Amino acid sequence: MLSQESLALIDRELAKYPADQRRSAIMGALRIAQTEKRYLTNELIEFVASYVRIPPVAAYEVATFYNMYDRKPVGKYKLTVCTNLPCALSGGYTTADYLKQKLGIGFGETTADGRFTLAEGECMGACGYAPVMLVNNHSMCNHMTPDAIDKKLAELE
Amino acid sequence: MLEIEIDGKKLTVPSGSTVMDAANSIGVHIPHFCYHKKLSIAANCRMCLVQVEKAPKPLPACATPVTDGMKVFTHSDQAVTAQKGVMEFLLINHPLDCPICDQGGECQLQDLAVGYGQSGSRYQEEKRVVANKDLGPLISTDMTRCIHCSRCVRFTEEIAGYQELGMANRGEFTEVLPFIGKTVNSEISGNVIDLCPVGALTSKPFRYSARTWELSRRKSVSPHDGLGSNLVVQVKNHKVMRVLPLENEAINECWLADRDRFSYEALNSEERITKPMIKQGGVWQEADWQTALEFVANGLKGVIAEHGRESVAAVATPHSTVEELFLLRKLMSGLGVNAVETRLRAADFALKTAGATWLGQSIAELAASDAVVVIGSTLRKEQPLLAQRLRQSVKKGLKLAAINPHGDDLLTAKAAELVVRPDQLVEGVLQVLKAVAEAKGIALPANVDFGSIDIPAEARAVAAVLDGKEKTAILLGNIAQQHPRYGEIYAAATAIAEATGAKLGVLGEAANTVGAQLVGAETGGDVFAKPRQAYFMLNAEAEFDVQNGAQALAAVKQAKLVVALSSFSSCALEHADVILPVSPFSETSGTFVNMEGRAQSFNGVVRPLGETRPAWKVLRVLGNLLGFAGFDYASSEEIRDEALAGDIAPRLSNALAAPVAVKAQSASGLVRLGEVSIYQADIYSRRAPSLQKTADAANATLLKANAATLAKLGLAAGELARVEQAGGTAELQVALDAGLLDDVIRVSANHPLTRALAAHVGAIAVAKA
Amino acid sequence: MTVYAKGVVFEGVDFDNPNHWRLEEYVKRGGYAALKKILNEKITQDEIIAEMKTSALRGRGGAGFPTGLKWSFMPRNFPGQKYLVCNTDEGEPGTFKDLDIIVSNPHALIEGMIIGGYAMGITVGYNYIHGEVFEAYERFEEALEEARAAGFLGDNILGTDFCFQLHAHHGYGAYICGEETALLESLEGKKGQPRFKPPFPASYGLYGKPTTINNTETFASVPYIIREGGQKFLELGKPNNGGTKLFSVSGHVNRPGNYEIPLGTPFSELLEMCGGMRGGKKLKAVIPGGSSAPVLPADIMMQCTMDYDSIAKAGSMLGSGAVIVMDETVCMVSALERLSYFYHEESCGQCTPCREGTGWLYRIVHRIAHGEGRPEDLDLLASIGDNIAGRTICALGDAAVFPVRGMLKHFRSEFEYMIEHKTRQFAALS
Ligand SMILES: Cc1cc2nc3c(=O)[nH]c(=O)nc-3n(C[C@H](O)[C@H](O)[C@H](O)COP(=O)(O)O)c2cc1C
Ligand code: SF4
Ligand code: FES
Ligand code: FES
Repeated sequence: MLSQESLALIDRELAKYPADQRRSAIMGALRIAQTEKRYLTNELIEFVASYVRIPPVAAYEVATFYNMYDRKPVGKYKLTVCTNLPCALSGGYTTADYLKQKLGIGFGETTADGRFTLAEGECMGACGYAPVMLVNNHSMCNHMTPDAIDKKLAELE
Repeated sequence: MLEIEIDGKKLTVPSGSTVMDAANSIGVHIPHFCYHKKLSIAANCRMCLVQVEKAPKPLPACATPVTDGMKVFTHSDQAVTAQKGVMEFLLINHPLDCPICDQGGECQLQDLAVGYGQSGSRYQEEKRVVANKDLGPLISTDMTRCIHCSRCVRFTEEIAGYQELGMANRGEFTEVLPFIGKTVNSEISGNVIDLCPVGALTSKPFRYSARTWELSRRKSVSPHDGLGSNLVVQVKNHKVMRVLPLENEAINECWLADRDRFSYEALNSEERITKPMIKQGGVWQEADWQTALEFVANGLKGVIAEHGRESVAAVATPHSTVEELFLLRKLMSGLGVNAVETRLRAADFALKTAGATWLGQSIAELAASDAVVVIGSTLRKEQPLLAQRLRQSVKKGLKLAAINPHGDDLLTAKAAELVVRPDQLVEGVLQVLKAVAEAKGIALPANVDFGSIDIPAEARAVAAVLDGKEKTAILLGNIAQQHPRYGEIYAAATAIAEATGAKLGVLGEAANTVGAQLVGAETGGDVFAKPRQAYFMLNAEAEFDVQNGAQALAAVKQAKLVVALSSFSSCALEHADVILPVSPFSETSGTFVNMEGRAQSFNGVVRPLGETRPAWKVLRVLGNLLGFAGFDYASSEEIRDEALAGDIAPRLSNALAAPVAVKAQSASGLVRLGEVSIYQADIYSRRAPSLQKTADAANATLLKANAATLAKLGLAAGELARVEQAGGTAELQVALDAGLLDDVIRVSANHPLTRALAAHVGAIAVAKA
Repeated sequence: MTVYAKGVVFEGVDFDNPNHWRLEEYVKRGGYAALKKILNEKITQDEIIAEMKTSALRGRGGAGFPTGLKWSFMPRNFPGQKYLVCNTDEGEPGTFKDLDIIVSNPHALIEGMIIGGYAMGITVGYNYIHGEVFEAYERFEEALEEARAAGFLGDNILGTDFCFQLHAHHGYGAYICGEETALLESLEGKKGQPRFKPPFPASYGLYGKPTTINNTETFASVPYIIREGGQKFLELGKPNNGGTKLFSVSGHVNRPGNYEIPLGTPFSELLEMCGGMRGGKKLKAVIPGGSSAPVLPADIMMQCTMDYDSIAKAGSMLGSGAVIVMDETVCMVSALERLSYFYHEESCGQCTPCREGTGWLYRIVHRIAHGEGRPEDLDLLASIGDNIAGRTICALGDAAVFPVRGMLKHFRSEFEYMIEHKTRQFAALS
């Protein structure tokens, strides 16, 4: 269900923890699975659970508790904009509104061509660089003024 | 010991106690939802907040350790304000549907809400609605009522041993659910119904059938496995509506297995037979009791006169009461009939012990062992709550090992495991025996011919588990007891026990397996191997209760006279000549002696259905009719006192009364592993519709083998296979079981699909259907 | 990089050099000297802990607990495994200092943890890193590789028999995992649901074993303390508030960023360092210690010095050192609505008052902010707050209530205005 590369990465996560604490690797394992498949289907969660050797419902708990796991299809680029207060004071909502208008979608939606999904985020621990936006969960973009957004979207096209 | 004061009362408690423990010890009630004495402390409901002197804020009694000199106030302003605040939060999103909730009348939230007198009226926002979940045929859900105490989740993980329920999402959106598309399949799942303090999880079979306050509560004892779980049977209008656990720390604690809890459905089944019946000229006719009893008495006399006493055999299941079995034995003695047998699922009857075989110690003592080796048992399905108890012991350090013909998960850590072919169980035990002898440097027992047995690493590991520990035990389960070489297994296990100082124990298959031995209802041997002219059958169904069901059925069919004392019609109607409708356990008084030798008497909880009579009364009247002396009992208690006169303890013994020659053999070819599945084991569970819809019931319809064997047979999971054993055949769906050795074919026994098959362990042929 | 002043943690870091975070550069500016000193001079565990106590270093994660004291709680002769855990799950709105530490000076943290392991006899550690800063997590993993390759980390460190393994673990979007016991649960591969204490991590921590948890900045301060001495660190700040501290300044200032300044520096000076108020607007209010800290109006704030004691005296908390600056245009109803949404969204959901109460608080503030407030709402908010605060398993319950209390204390009139007029005095956040 997952590529050899992903399985090797999961094995690397497993190696970080004591042999009888494989469960510790579930967060990393789900992240790796999601990175490969873009989002987590129930089958994928069950597969990862069995690979880590924990009950599927335990993996499901994790996949639903942490909100960077996507359990519904997302676009090729998931853009998460922080709108928490410190960011909002420095244009977080302006950025969000600009993206909404530019992509023609609201939070939680995906563009018709399947390229972009827009999500509202909580504080990413980067408030000094506000407004901030995450691309596909892992790539942080700072100072996302409308100009910067235009540039970034062009890169992602 | 710590000194503490609760609401002005001084007391001392052991260190490590929580405030809740301390309060409980003096009967001070602190309101709570998430706390449960058998579960880990979650401290999440916050209902138990109390005031503690010098603490700046109220503390949860369930999680706060007692410190010396602590002063606790459970009803002070601070405590009550905190409790009221929590209550309000619990109610803001709780539906106000008590009038239609099955938990109504026994809801802890309702009870407390009434006490605190405040409803969620300050909450003007929209209430939460949560989708219901399919947890299977036994548990019904109404998840909007859930208060997130997490008891059910903790139960599956901690007590049942496998997390089948989880709390998904977070915050306000947290909801209890199984993994998507899965149900709760534990054999002890029903306990979550009791644990749920509100009406989120309720009994599916019971749903909407009665209001709790209409029910009267009667005590009883579970008629299923060898534990003898204590029951509260709830009845309405002389009908059993529901079964709940009666707490008994020494036996079932506060739990029930699903079989104990849901089998009651059979009591109300369409199959109940309520009038005596006689078959004349191939046609069944209802009869009055007098006629039927005379028919039986005369019939028996006639057969004996014509064919002799040897031509009659009486069989009963070990789920029958002490009183029933005692009178059966006595009735047969009066007739001069020696063959009375309850070991219906046995294949080897040669074993002779000095007393009734039993657990060898109390259940509580067993649970306190340092190491336990289980031989030949599908423990979770045979004795669900004992398996649960050992699981808890493993957490406290008990080392659990198994010698088994399968690798089934005990849902707890196995310290060692030796998997063998079913027909090599003796040899497996011998391997461990040899390993023990080698490790201890002692001579091998003289009566054992080890042949060319060598010791695999797994056998050494099992032996090591018993080594150097103080309290150890070896337990023989159903697979061992029903094995064609049970005597040899027993003797080899005895030798291990002697060499290691372990206690040997036999896990009584049924509620009264020990009681049956005490009244001597084990004198027949295999009464179906050589067909008799007459069979007197008490609660026994040939194809389901006798190991070689096909053979038993053939014997019964050819007999001149078959007397069935039965609560249910189906099998009896097919094979008997006369049916005497007798009470199931719920309609008679009686006694079961459990696996630890504890006699537990109970009364009927409802009156006998229709013209049904308690079997002990039927047997008494038959004795009277036949003119035998000593059949003038006025009550079942009188029978019990005679049957179990004196102490039971001295009559229990697992010591061999005669040496058994043990000889290692080799085996090859396809071999059957036949087990009686959990919901086919007795007359009740096999007729409980809800249990028959469980995953365990579905599991019993499968043929299982490991991947190599399936490949060799050209079979794939999901396909239909045809098996043949001693001329009998069955068609079953194939499934993979990676825990089996090569050439082992696991096919459940005494099952409607497999009743034509023969011995539980024996050669079997398999082909694609 | 937006680190503007440099003290202990960023001492000597040349942000213009793209390799400033690498081991080579770290060693050049005196990195790993403290570790070498300990191993060469065979400094005892007790001496290290004494030095930590002298420094008066208080935990930089928010609660401000004295670090030396915390380290002394660790059982010495515990027979099994013990663990050291670093909390880089920085998610408290306004806080972004730990991010800069692991991006720009990861080896200071690594060295600090190794020394902590040595001092408490711990051989395995984990650094739990906020999921949203995944690139920083990757950089930290790279820094770990460097340290291992150089023999500072792993088996037989610098040829001695001292061993210490350190691994990175990432979160994936849950603020609550910053709470130390939620973090441990998460590290065990479970939902991040805080544990009831006692037992405290020092006796029952990761995998049930004795565990010490400190914040990133706390650990990153350790090499300096060991190298230069606790007394010198203490003197950088003021008594009971030793050292310099990173302040993450966000909001309406000209130069948001991290400022490492001595504890006790007047707020007005910090504001100046940040280039003053953006657009020359007037200061209205400051949340001085991360979003969980009660808001303080400008006049009170301008009297404060930036240290634990001064801010506490003013009725708020220094917390994680996140300073959220708001100018005169900010609508406090709108600001509270966003914060209340955050706590509602981030409540782990296990305990009743927080699970049910945070949603209730948010819904009321939301109603007020949308012109549907009722006169009784403000008392109701206060009463619900009283039923949450101090009644929950972890401090998130308190954290959700403090902003409400702060706003109602200092800016009640704005809420009353909105309830009465169904419209706000200041523009909503946009
Ligand atoms: C809701 C909540 C969130 C927290 N978030 C963080 C955090 O992001 N980083 C952190 O270091 N400590 C956080 N803490 C504090 C930790 O629980 C803990 O006190 C700290 O990591 C200890 O390290 P220190 O003593 O070095 O400060 C949080 C506490 C609570 C209650
Ligand atoms: S206070 Fe909130 S976040 Fe903390 S444990 Fe309770 S529900 Fe979870
Ligand atoms: S508030 Fe947006 S990153 Fe912190
Ligand atoms: S019973 Fe103590 S918190 Fe639930």
